[in-house]
Amino acid sequence: MSQIIAPSTEAAPKRRSRKKKPISTGSEWTFELVERYHKEIARIAADFKLDTYPNQLEIITAEQMMDAYASVGMPVNYQHWSYGKHFMSTEKNYKRGQMGLAYEIVINSNPCIAYLMEENSITMQALVIAHAAFGHNSFFKGNYLFRTWTDASGIIDYLVFAKNYISECEQRYGVDTVELLLDSCHALMNYGVDRYKRPAKLSLDQEKARQAEREAYLQSQVNDLWRTLPRRPEEEEKLEVRRFPDEPQENILYFIEKFAPLLEPWQREIVRIVRKIAQYFYPQRQTQVMNEGWATFWHYTILNRLYDEGLVTDGFMLEFLQSHTNVVYQPPVTARWYNGINPYALGFAMMSDIRRICEHPTDEDKEWFPDLAGSDWLKSLDFAMRNFKDESFISQYLSPKMIRDFKLFSILDDDHESKLKVSAIHDEDGYRLIRHKLANQYNLSYREPNIQVYEVNTRGDRSMTLRHFQHNRRPLANTVHEVLKHVARLWGFSVRLESVDESGRVILTYECKVEKRHGF
Amino acid sequence: MVQVIDRRLNGKNKSAINRERFLRRFKDQVKQAVTKAVKGRSITDIDNGEKVSIPVRDVSEPVFGHSHGGVWETVHPGNQDYIKGDSIDRPPPGGGGGGGGKASNEGEGEDDFVFELSREEFLNFFFDDLELPNLVKTQLTATEAFKNVRAGFTADGTPSNIHIVRSLKGALGRRIALSAEPMSRLNELQEELDILLEEHDENSPEVMHIREEIRHLKSRIISIPFIDPFDLRYSNRVKIPRPTTQAVMFCVMDVSGSMDENKKDIAKRFFILLYLFLTRNYEKIEVVFVRHHTQAAEVNEHEFFHARDTGGTVVSSALKLTSKIITERFPTEDWNIYIAQASDGDNWDSDSAQCREILTKEIMPLVQYYAYIEITEGEPQNLWYEYEKIHATHAHFAMKKIQTPADIYPVFRDLFKKSAVTA
Repeated sequence: MSQIIAPSTEAAPKRRSRKKKPISTGSEWTFELVERYHKEIARIAADFKLDTYPNQLEIITAEQMMDAYASVGMPVNYQHWSYGKHFMSTEKNYKRGQMGLAYEIVINSNPCIAYLMEENSITMQALVIAHAAFGHNSFFKGNYLFRTWTDASGIIDYLVFAKNYISECEQRYGVDTVELLLDSCHALMNYGVDRYKRPAKLSLDQEKARQAEREAYLQSQVNDLWRTLPRRPEEEEKLEVRRFPDEPQENILYFIEKFAPLLEPWQREIVRIVRKIAQYFYPQRQTQVMNEGWATFWHYTILNRLYDEGLVTDGFMLEFLQSHTNVVYQPPVTARWYNGINPYALGFAMMSDIRRICEHPTDEDKEWFPDLAGSDWLKSLDFAMRNFKDESFISQYLSPKMIRDFKLFSILDDDHESKLKVSAIHDEDGYRLIRHKLANQYNLSYREPNIQVYEVNTRGDRSMTLRHFQHNRRPLANTVHEVLKHVARLWGFSVRLESVDESGRVILTYECKVEKRHGF
Repeated sequence: MVQVIDRRLNGKNKSAINRERFLRRFKDQVKQAVTKAVKGRSITDIDNGEKVSIPVRDVSEPVFGHSHGGVWETVHPGNQDYIKGDSIDRPPPGGGGGGGGKASNEGEGEDDFVFELSREEFLNFFFDDLELPNLVKTQLTATEAFKNVRAGFTADGTPSNIHIVRSLKGALGRRIALSAEPMSRLNELQEELDILLEEHDENSPEVMHIREEIRHLKSRIISIPFIDPFDLRYSNRVKIPRPTTQAVMFCVMDVSGSMDENKKDIAKRFFILLYLFLTRNYEKIEVVFVRHHTQAAEVNEHEFFHARDTGGTVVSSALKLTSKIITERFPTEDWNIYIAQASDGDNWDSDSAQCREILTKEIMPLVQYYAYIEITEGEPQNLWYEYEKIHATHAHFAMKKIQTPADIYPVFRDLFKKSAVTA
């Protein structure tokens, strides 16, 4: 699949005749060398107008890398058995040699923390610096989703707060209680994000002060919601019509935090912590292709520039290219190890393709991308990075040439039909359909079941009804029973889940009854 | 602009606590695995970690998801010869939608979550059943004890370890060595000067010259430092293992028909505990297995625990054999002798008195400790009464009637108490 690797556009003729001395010739790294490379890479990145947070490079060992893996890369996190499980399986696979460790982990914080593993050669360190400390870093700083949803300068403080708060709760209420609560919250983590509202920026101190206020206030709200005083009959009639909530709520954790009748204030705070962290990671889940593609594109471009300036040796380039091609390899669907589309391959190819369309457009490109063809590639690429997420990025920029290069084809699997059908291939007919389908494939609301809080019985048994709005008749997986138990544990009363088909008819109902008043 | 931080020296076990949380949560499963492992292991092999596997469904973290069904339209790369409208047979269940090889990377690993317990973790789970006091637990889990012993001097170390006398001796030696050459030259010049002064007066150029040189040499000698970092010597200490000796442990067990698997399993834990105690105190341990019904035999471990015999019980046969092995192979001046005996209390009536005879006369004088457990729920029989008499007169004879593994530890209480003081 070598055709999908864009040829180096920093072609040989551009090469400076005045050859400089390479920065290093061996493969060992030293602190001085890391700093030298960082300096040179920063210079080139500035040339290309990459806007980044300041960098903090941390040298760590393989064991520490596994630790970082286990806590989703965060330097601090609260304690939970699931992280232990994650760590143990990573450790096992690594020790058995089944799995190499990732070369890089980078944290969306300010300063931007990137880990360099001590086992890496200097070439790999330079690659990681270019990829993570400049590629990802500029993406974190520039992309609209990250700008809207995450607060890079506050995240570390917030995690410290969360960790301390949770361990305090463990001391006060017992490790088991807190663990069960966290289990339930984790089960709903993907349903703990606001898709449209913008969370306010808060500093650590404000967060702490707010938290106390919130506790008192929330509890009073809850009490009000479940007021037991009898009302006058005419008032009652008015209320009867009102459904609660007025509109279906997509953020289930938020709803639970605000309205679950039996939760203690500290439990609400923990729900909130999990929700906040889910929200922080939400943009990453929506921009996998773009983020990796952007970072890969820049490490490729920057290291090639280093080479053209004579700052790195041929050996350096060979080592770099070897690992680069591994990263952007896309096995075809017929390969045994095919496991979906490789986001690095797709992202890198698309970024390179945008540059190609800007610099050397063909007639086809001019027809498909009239605004893009012939424009300044740096500006166009920067625009693309800032204003899109995977879904919209693909539907905007996937070119016919890309579809041909990847030989993309679309397969329709309808369980009413006895056979699968090829619905489109890489031809004139199929470009738009494939682009549309591929974009949908990255739409989180299609990938995950669309489940919302539909109704709470405020006047009867206080049960909560969730609704699953089916898309393309896709059923829920069996885990639904387990997850409903978790929802019921948080809510404290019975929970129902109704699957609704596209015409709005309830076709399936799951239920988890809570007999005791106190679920915990 | 960039900050490079070396974190390699930071703790690497950040995840240790999460690991502990994991073990805590799946305590029951891990415990089962440990129990199974103990059954399968040799008692001399108890001191290792263990691989534990837990069914994946128990450790899963459920989330809402889709299952297969309905309409899926997916895009795949690498089309070879399909054209629009082609029909394809469905791949067998489990494969990916487009006939990809998702099934291929799902091996047996899908069923179980497998991980390694470290030695400490393994022992902790093992002790849990036995209800050992914490002090004893740490004593048994601790790795070999070391003693700090002086071992000469080194050229570097911490300031608190500077050895003053040695350092100053070194400084003196260095001063002598460095000043030797200018000193001898100085003496020569002094003599020359004396000779010159007899003929010339004080202001003559030769005298002036020599005086100048003498002054120069003296300043050279003075500038040799009194003490130099080079001279410093530090006391050196090395860790050597605590002096240990060798011990032999006799496992004596009744294997007559009434000892079932369950009783043998309890007996095994009893032997393991004694063995663990011995490994902490002795470097080399031999284990001798003696089993008996009406006759006694020395056997290997496998036969000891797994072979089955039927018939009556004559305990004295085992004691005689033990006594014989001791006198033949384990002279008391070289060996510390420990005996652990497990039985269900049955014995040939007239034999019990003979047992007491052999024990008090032949065996008790030779051994460090003799522990006897009777694994039974019934009334004590005559062997128990005879042994009680021995217990009354010998402090290092311990006995106990037990039903579950948790009852084992008290048998050894004295043993651990004693060593807790001396250790």
